[in-house]
Amino acid sequence: MTTVRTRPSAPAPQAEALAEIRQETLALTRRLFVQLQRRPSTLVAGVLQPLIWLVLFGALFAKAPEGLLPGGGSYGRFLGAGVIVFTAFSGALNAGLPVMFDREFGFLNRLLVAPLRSRSSIVLASVLYITVLSLVQSVAILATAALLGYGWPGPAGLVLVLVTLLLLVFAVTALSLGLAFALPGHIELIAVIFVANLPLLFASTALAPLSFMPTWLGWLAALNPLTFAIEPIRSAYAGQLSLSAIVLEAPYGQLSVAQCLMVLAALALGLFLLIRPLLDRKLS
Amino acid sequence: MAEQAQSAAAALPDNDPLTNPLTNPPIEPLIELRGLQRSYGRGERAVRALDGLDLAVPSGSLYGLLGPNGAGKTTALRILCTLLAPDQGTVRVAGIDALADPRAVRRLLGYVAQEVAIDKILTGRELLELQGDLYHLDRGVRQRRITELVDLLGMGDWIDRRCGSYSGGMRRRLDLAAGLLHSPRLLVLDEPTVGLDIESRSAIWQVLRQLCSSGTTVLLSSHYLEEVDALADRLAIVEAGRVIAEGSPATLKQALGGDRVTLRVREFSDAAEARRVQTLLQGCQGVRQVVVNQAQGFSLNLVVDGEAVVDRLRRQLAEADLPVFALAQSRPSLDDVYLQATGRTLMDAELAVAGSRDPKAERKQSMR
Repeated sequence: MTTVRTRPSAPAPQAEALAEIRQETLALTRRLFVQLQRRPSTLVAGVLQPLIWLVLFGALFAKAPEGLLPGGGSYGRFLGAGVIVFTAFSGALNAGLPVMFDREFGFLNRLLVAPLRSRSSIVLASVLYITVLSLVQSVAILATAALLGYGWPGPAGLVLVLVTLLLLVFAVTALSLGLAFALPGHIELIAVIFVANLPLLFASTALAPLSFMPTWLGWLAALNPLTFAIEPIRSAYAGQLSLSAIVLEAPYGQLSVAQCLMVLAALALGLFLLIRPLLDRKLS
Repeated sequence: MAEQAQSAAAALPDNDPLTNPLTNPPIEPLIELRGLQRSYGRGERAVRALDGLDLAVPSGSLYGLLGPNGAGKTTALRILCTLLAPDQGTVRVAGIDALADPRAVRRLLGYVAQEVAIDKILTGRELLELQGDLYHLDRGVRQRRITELVDLLGMGDWIDRRCGSYSGGMRRRLDLAAGLLHSPRLLVLDEPTVGLDIESRSAIWQVLRQLCSSGTTVLLSSHYLEEVDALADRLAIVEAGRVIAEGSPATLKQALGGDRVTLRVREFSDAAEARRVQTLLQGCQGVRQVVVNQAQGFSLNLVVDGEAVVDRLRRQLAEADLPVFALAQSRPSLDDVYLQATGRTLMDAELAVAGSRDPKAERKQSMR
């Protein structure tokens, strides 16, 4: 009978487990970044697309009468928050694609034959990668918006922006990873991403305030997770930095910044709990 | 070479560690698969890939799983490597229950899959580094092993190029290196040389022989008779999801004895005529194991004890007005072992399944 070889100077089991999870997660994350570095087109497109939105769409209503929008700013200023959120959202929605390709090309099997300490490392690596990527894109949009004269949230506002984006990115990444394991192939995943993207944008407060919308669309927008991310960021841009400030006059009631963030946090948590059984099954 | 091995085996008493407890103390096999059952799909369309497969691989052996495509070899290896759960049966590696403690088994074995999954954007070295981290090697150990394997497999010229530019042989060598990186006790290879050029094939064979002589147990599947004959010191023939013959190549050939004869009374006989010839031959003294080979135009495969029997057999057929049209005679080969066990040649078995498999559906099956 033989025993499994362990490292010669094995530290405490828990510390060793953590070290191993760290080693495997970092290695998997590094792989994704090396891929990005050598194929930067996704990053370039991911930054370019929202910039085009910002410049062209922002100019579309440049001559709209002053005071039409709540808060009274220019349309470009209004749009900035929407584009930032939309960028982070569509970036995170793509989180499942690398995983899907690994499933299809059998690379995942290579990972599953290895004695990973925890197979959550595979998921964790994707979350880390997409989070960093989304934040880089968002910062690029923030800077461009500032250059276009659409304002800058300031240090405290920036923290609020980043926290909001993190919560949204976690939630959408969970959804996308779940889809990557539930759907049969990348064609289906891309189709879902394609179909989900624009309607979620239009049925939110990214492009127009709730007060412009008919009741039915207002309801949709007030239930859309994007709205819960857009409004706190918009308030940060407006220099309004109180967590209890009312930022959303929804048909079902008023919501403060803190409440919006709580909805996003609950959504992220709920989605991770929802996809967990699926991941456990697929990775067991 | 094969001839020599055969005569050596004939001269010695049974030297088989698994069957002869007198010459060798019984050792526990490194791999023990018992009663493996596994089906794909459900209901009417279910395909049974494994149907009670048993396998015992002794420690330190170079073991071959021989069988046509679709016999269940890949499924068995995937179960062994903890990628797939069997519907029924047990899997033990080095005494560890692979179903209860898969992670311990994963540390013990290196797996070189059939479909080489390589990240095209990484260089070979980066892939090996990733692999090292997935097996939790210390940085120093990892770098030392990579250097060793780059030398061993002759990868120095291209290891720092991106994998996307590699040829099939280069990919396979890199994949072999990845499987060996953590110095596993057991190396499992699924069709390691399929579709490879001769140079890469012989390079891989040489490495496998070296590994085995330095104490690593190697289990490989193949549908190439020559490969198993040249490499394996033990083999199991897998057919329709179970093992139907098992032993060393020399012992298996030895057990057949005599010369193999393929005989036709007409270029293409029909079933009735073939059966007549079969009955007639079965009555001949010194003729054994007469099998009708339907796929080869109802030719007859038989075993004869010596030259005199062939002459007598020709005479008797001529008297029965069935003169011999063609007759080929040879020493027993692994192909004959296969034919004897299954009633058809390996090539015919290959051809029979070639049309009935759906590669797309099989890729879906192996997808998680």
